[in-house]
Amino acid sequence: MTEHAHHTPTTRRGILFGAAAVSAGALLTACTSNESNDRAATSDDQQTGGLDDKPGKHVTIGFAGPQADHGWLNAINVNAKSRARRYKDVTLEVTEGSNDTAQQIGQIETLINKKVDVLVILPADGKALTQVGLKAMRAGIPVVNLDRVFASPQAYRCWIGGDNYGMGLNAGHYIGEQLKDKKHATVVELAGIDNLELTRQRTKGFDDALKNYPHIEKVGRQAAEFTVESGQSKMAGLLQAHPSFDALWNHDDDQGVGAERAIKQAGRDGFLMVGGAGSRKAMDTIKAGNSVLKATVLYPPTMSASAIDLARALAQGKGIGGMAELEIPASLTLYSAVVTKDNVDDHLPTGFH
Amino acid sequence: MGPPRAHAATRRRGTRPDLRNLSLLIVLAALVLVGALTTPEQFLSLQNLQLVLTQASVIGVVTVGVTFVIIGGGIDLSVGAMVALATVWATTVATQQYGLGGILLSALLVGLGCGLVNGLLVSFGGMVPFIATLAMLASARGLALQISAGRTQIVDVQPVLELGQRDAYVLGVPPIVLVFAAVTVIGWLVLHRTTFGRRTVAVGGNPEAARLAGIDVRRQRLLLYLLSGLCCGIAAFLLIVLTGSGQNTNGNLYELDAIAAAIIGGTLLSGGRGTITGSVLGVLVFTTITNLFALNNLETAVQQIAKGAIIVAAVLIQRKGRTS
Repeated sequence: MTEHAHHTPTTRRGILFGAAAVSAGALLTACTSNESNDRAATSDDQQTGGLDDKPGKHVTIGFAGPQADHGWLNAINVNAKSRARRYKDVTLEVTEGSNDTAQQIGQIETLINKKVDVLVILPADGKALTQVGLKAMRAGIPVVNLDRVFASPQAYRCWIGGDNYGMGLNAGHYIGEQLKDKKHATVVELAGIDNLELTRQRTKGFDDALKNYPHIEKVGRQAAEFTVESGQSKMAGLLQAHPSFDALWNHDDDQGVGAERAIKQAGRDGFLMVGGAGSRKAMDTIKAGNSVLKATVLYPPTMSASAIDLARALAQGKGIGGMAELEIPASLTLYSAVVTKDNVDDHLPTGFH
Repeated sequence: MGPPRAHAATRRRGTRPDLRNLSLLIVLAALVLVGALTTPEQFLSLQNLQLVLTQASVIGVVTVGVTFVIIGGGIDLSVGAMVALATVWATTVATQQYGLGGILLSALLVGLGCGLVNGLLVSFGGMVPFIATLAMLASARGLALQISAGRTQIVDVQPVLELGQRDAYVLGVPPIVLVFAAVTVIGWLVLHRTTFGRRTVAVGGNPEAARLAGIDVRRQRLLLYLLSGLCCGIAAFLLIVLTGSGQNTNGNLYELDAIAAAIIGGTLLSGGRGTITGSVLGVLVFTTITNLFALNNLETAVQQIAKGAIIVAAVLIQRKGRTS
């Protein structure tokens, strides 16, 4: 009872914020989209997914994410919260984001002690947080592991995340197709933080894709730090090192803002650029078509909204609509779609700031 | 009681800063030689020179401020965070409405404001500089994160963006580099040719003697942190021009780079000695290394190892230059 009383103000505020967010979203769509309202409604429906939307028993979901010091991570938090607000039968308990492993473990333990029904965890470091995932599972709280994967399958009931290898692969294939008429073509790579597993996967996928195009040679690679500042600085160096090349694969749209700035400052063009992650800025640029940026490979932050869907279904004992199984899957890997001028309108609503 | 300063008395007087800078020049020349041999066409081009100087400018301006603080016997760990907060504050939508002037002014004011807090905590709060500026590091980064909500704040003010474009170059020199040059010259004049500069050295070398000589030590220290904050504000503006955005991750690890550049440049970490030319040469060595790495397409791990080795080499050569 006390717990319910405790939640009431949050819920009311949640509804207010939810209403504000929805109207702001509607306003934004109205302002920025040339398409009819039907289109906006359609894309919204698509985002609802195939999960059962009928209200069920009340569910408290604990959400523990890392510190949102990056556009994509911020979008993860925003998406999770706004999706939870749409369900009248869901209460979301959010811990403050942290990049400190010990602190995040403490936060998750607090959520376990509060006896939430399900946990959604985006660990700052998957390997380091495996133990606390196991602890939650042993306490009877199913864990939806978001993006950075735990070291043991026992530590989660369901994993949902993006495909870093697939990002590199699809970026490579897109570039390969664009340059297929060239006899000898060269590409450069502006990678993300080099000591992250995901960066190595993105590079591996890219290199593997390029093996299908023997006439394309990767001539340069520099690692940046996912920040605008590092993107500007490393790209300026790459441009200086390579007086000409045909394509650029940039792992992250945030650092891409800096990279594009360096490209403009150097007065360079004559190549195509492919970004990664799918920021709103990148999509707007692709749509405008007035820059070297021609495509971005998605790593959708909407995965946190899907994680909330899965967590709710898990707690209510539902499966996924459209699938024969009675239970939700053990793992879901999202597709790293390539967004170009042709399909950018479909993806614009998922672009993050 | 302040930290022990016994060594200040025994330290060799009249050491030749020229000789120390000479050893840094040797390192820099060696790096240029490596660049000229490995990638002659790219490294020696005018464009690359412009690039190296532009990339040195932001951290260079920060380093000038930090050099003053260290010579004055303090330390400033908050420079990177102050740069981040200033870029975020100066690029909020509200600030952008006031155009170039609004962005510049707010960047400078945020820098000065943070510097003032640092200075007051150290001078009048009696806090150890390491702790006071560490606290500023944490809170300024936090504030930058909160204001920006982790977002990259894109600048939509044309005059600001144009300052970073090739059209704005003055006789081939980017405006960003001109600002860096001006800060260097003014910093040199203030440190070596004014009472303020002499007081800074005196306060850092032996605060008790400085006090007895009639110098207001607390006021001097306050002014030094203000100066460092102001430099961070200028650097933040340059960064906004360079990247066309403000982000809470800006200025990452600037504190280490700036302090390292100052130390390599011959500034004594315990205060009382240092030069602006040394610090600026230290920055140029770092930036040239980074440029060489990019031109030769070195991997991140190799870059880090090489950077460490070159720092050690620079300091060893310097020490040799001092004892001979």
